[in-house]
Amino acid sequence: MIPLQHYLILSAITFVIGAVGVVARRNAIIVFMSIELMLNSVNLTLVAFSSYLGDSTGQVLVFFVMTVAAAEAAVGLAIIIALFRNKQTVNIDEINILKW
Amino acid sequence: MTFETVLFYGLAAASVGSAVVMVTRRSPVMSAIWLIINFFALAGLYLTLHAQFIAVIQIIVYAGAIMVLFLFVIMLLNLGDEEKLTEKISYRKIIGAGLSAGVLMELLAILGFSNIAFPEQNVDRAVQIGTVENIGKELFSTFLFPFEITSVLLLAAIVGAVLLAKRKLD
Repeated sequence: MIPLQHYLILSAITFVIGAVGVVARRNAIIVFMSIELMLNSVNLTLVAFSSYLGDSTGQVLVFFVMTVAAAEAAVGLAIIIALFRNKQTVNIDEINILKW
Repeated sequence: MTFETVLFYGLAAASVGSAVVMVTRRSPVMSAIWLIINFFALAGLYLTLHAQFIAVIQIIVYAGAIMVLFLFVIMLLNLGDEEKLTEKISYRKIIGAGLSAGVLMELLAILGFSNIAFPEQNVDRAVQIGTVENIGKELFSTFLFPFEITSVLLLAAIVGAVLLAKRKLD
């Protein structure tokens, strides 16, 4: 029997790896994939609690998180395509037109 | 060491390892492939938690649909050969990584050295709630309204994605 803490620790480690990916990488697509990694680590927490507490609400919430992630991926990748068309780059250091 | 423990620690190592490799790869295509491996490890972890439905849609929706979309965009933008993204070590990166490490330490401290009474797993109950039947029942009874709203969200996302990726608005 694996204790619940081990699932939570694994989830924390994956979340932090994703966070490092977001702050340290400059390629917009890899930043985006790191965000997906963070979403997945939170999903693992929800499923672990759902399974250990015997309550299916957590798993239904994971279903909704996946739907939102799919919508977010579609819109985010469309934004990246639009940016690439305008600036010919996906380097987030060069995309700074909102910064003055 | 039971089979269950070996399975959990093996999948956990695969998940963390593939996540680290994914964040450190230069090429976005390699990153995407390592992320798919991470998703498969995560689906295995869901199975160790007896969440069959979530494990299946993890593979179908994430590894199948979303990652194909990512790979499609990477190929479309054709970044592979003209990769001029120089990833320099800057003070911002060091501060960011340091802050993230701080967050990890805090989370581990909370989970490891606190005296929260974590619940024990009731395997029969866990097997019961993870089935497609049970999740379906919950979705179409208690969570019917959020479920219907989800379709509106997806429609808005489709329209938004088409509008954003279109070459010119007319």
